[in-house]
Amino acid sequence: MSDAVLACDGLRKQYGQMVAVDGIGFSIAEGETYGLLGPNGAGKTTSIAMIVGVLARDAGDVLIDGQKHDVNSVKTKSLIGYVPQEMALYPDLTARQNLRFFGRMYGLSRNDIKRKTDEVLEIIGLADRADETIGGFSGGMMRRLNIGVGLIHRPRLLILDEPTVGVDPQSRNAILDSVEQLAGEGVAVLYTTHYMEEAERLCDRVGIVDKGRMQAEGTRRELVAMVGEHDRVTLTAEGDLARAAAALREMPEARQVSHDESRIELMVPEAGVVLARALHEVTEAGVTVRSVEVREPDLEAVFLHLTGKALRD
Amino acid sequence: MRAITIILFKDLAQRARDSTLFVFAIGLPLGMAFVLNLILGGGGNSFTAKYALVDADRGPIAQVFTEQVLVPLEKQGTLSLRRVATAEEAGRLTESQEVQAAFVLPAGFSAGVQAGAPATIQVVGSVDAPVAVQVAREIGEAFATDLRSVQLAVTVAGGATLTQEQREQIAERARTVAAPLSVRDDSNVATRELDTTTFYAAGMAMFFLFFSVVFSVTSLFDERRSGTLARLLAAPIPRSAILAGKLLSGVLVGIVSTAILVVASSLLMGARWGDPLGVGILIVAAVLAATGMMAAVATFARTSEQASNWQSVIAMILGMLGGVFFPVANLGSLATITFATPHGWFLRGLSDLAGGGSLSAILVPTLALLAFAVVGFAMALLRVGRMLQS
Ligand SMILES: Nc1ncnc2c1ncn2[C@@H]1O[C@H](COP(=O)(O)OP(=O)(O)OP(=O)(O)O)[C@@H](O)[C@H]1O
Ligand SMILES: [Mg+2]
Repeated sequence: MSDAVLACDGLRKQYGQMVAVDGIGFSIAEGETYGLLGPNGAGKTTSIAMIVGVLARDAGDVLIDGQKHDVNSVKTKSLIGYVPQEMALYPDLTARQNLRFFGRMYGLSRNDIKRKTDEVLEIIGLADRADETIGGFSGGMMRRLNIGVGLIHRPRLLILDEPTVGVDPQSRNAILDSVEQLAGEGVAVLYTTHYMEEAERLCDRVGIVDKGRMQAEGTRRELVAMVGEHDRVTLTAEGDLARAAAALREMPEARQVSHDESRIELMVPEAGVVLARALHEVTEAGVTVRSVEVREPDLEAVFLHLTGKALRD
Repeated sequence: MRAITIILFKDLAQRARDSTLFVFAIGLPLGMAFVLNLILGGGGNSFTAKYALVDADRGPIAQVFTEQVLVPLEKQGTLSLRRVATAEEAGRLTESQEVQAAFVLPAGFSAGVQAGAPATIQVVGSVDAPVAVQVAREIGEAFATDLRSVQLAVTVAGGATLTQEQREQIAERARTVAAPLSVRDDSNVATRELDTTTFYAAGMAMFFLFFSVVFSVTSLFDERRSGTLARLLAAPIPRSAILAGKLLSGVLVGIVSTAILVVASSLLMGARWGDPLGVGILIVAAVLAATGMMAAVATFARTSEQASNWQSVIAMILGMLGGVFFPVANLGSLATITFATPHGWFLRGLSDLAGGGSLSAILVPTLALLAFAVVGFAMALLRVGRMLQS
């Protein structure tokens, strides 16, 4: 992909006998947000470290804006904004000084630094605490500043490694808003998270990593189709549920039907097509339906299917 | 270059907040130099003790002590002498600190000595002037020893009881033997030796220099701990700039703090470092050596604590071997061992300058210091890759 802001391929990193990353590759286009999902220890952070150029890779290629990129690439490094998973700030400096220092590191002019610092402080909601030494900041405030530093220059590629852990819902929302806004302005975003809502909301495409390998990749729809997950229809009802369930099993679209004393669960490829008929069958069986819930398959289900683990543990 | 400066200034700003740096770089060396000079320095050219003399004896031996020992020292400017009538008055004067010590020659002093009894010169001292009191005691004892040898010579010749003739002989011989004492005058510039004050100021400056530059490369461990190393590595700067910024911050702190010590010890303690250009060259070379060597030591450690511990041990050993606590002249043949350390070469360079040497006199010490620097930096560069991993 020549118009990709980031294209990486065959990334590999081995620690002793342990292969942490084993042939991971993907690409991100301008304005696209790519989610890297995977359980703990899957190799997300290690992959990111190699992409950013903090860690030397054992094999593979990284292209940033079509240019070869590695640990010594000064030019392409200036195109990347990086928010490490671990806090990366000077505790004895103030919030503003932290932002200013890294702004200078990225070659911003004096004026730009002043303007961008104020702008970022606003985004991360720390404008009123800007001149305090951050040693006294709360965990969430530190997190916000950690993200802010990655935004201080105008990156072409923004890489955020689990940026919102421990951030309160309100600030998280502000942060997600600004990531969306940056993506809207054409910034390519690489995002890892264990929060399903964030991935669902932000990511145009998702790669699911496990044990150092890319297990599946695509848009949410593509992934769902790939693993063959079904819509789940839950009926809360009264009456002879066993009889109603037996009637539903007769429907050709029904993939799986189960019931307990108050609920029937029905798995079908597309709920919209069968819902009316299913309700008719159940009512015919003399059961009163109190409520209906339809759930489309989500990334959580895909994730569980591919890795055998829940996204959050 | 820009990146180096930015990292340098950030590090300096961080250091400036750290009060222990000021303690190690300026407070301790000045304080230690002052104390060591006081305890071990003895007389310097600026040393003038104020003594009182009580001559209750008025005999011939007392006269020898006064005229041949004390008066010449008074003329030499080593002491000032105040004659008082009674021991009580002398006691009052020492208590009120108008004098630092008093010699009391008791009545019957001369007669006793002439009869062959040991000489006793009492020294009454003020507790607040230990050095001056010590000097007074030594003057008294030196005289007593001289007398003892005279007494022995005469007694061996004459037998158990002394005749009147022998007694006069003692007094006569004492006059010739009690050669005027001399208190060593360290200000003698022809000796190519630093005066004690400058020696300790320079020695302590060098000793603590090794402690005040330890942070430079060691702070890479702190960058790793705070996670910021990952950001520095991700930033669009060459990795060498990170290292250069760290090393330079050590060099700068070293030069500035040593320069402050030169000025402060000159003003406060009367140290005389010598030709400013020569001193400047030696300091820069010494700071490079210290920073390089401490950086090399740091690369062997795994954590910043471990690095600091190892650096402290090495700095301590180098300081000891380098003879910063004892003037080299007092070490005899051991003095050569000091040249295995930058400390030894630095002090040697300074004494060459003090000997009135021109700049060429410090060529060898400067080159030796730079050799330490080169070895240190080379070793640090070879091994630092390990530390530049987040
Ligand atoms: N410096 C290292 N030395 C040895 N092993 C390492 C090192 N860094 C990472 N690993 C190992 O590599 C594997 C991948 O780690 P990585 O941090 O990339 O996982 P991750 O997907 O980011 O996990 P998480 O979701 O917990 O952040 C883990 O098994 C980890 O223990
Ligand atoms: Mg991780």
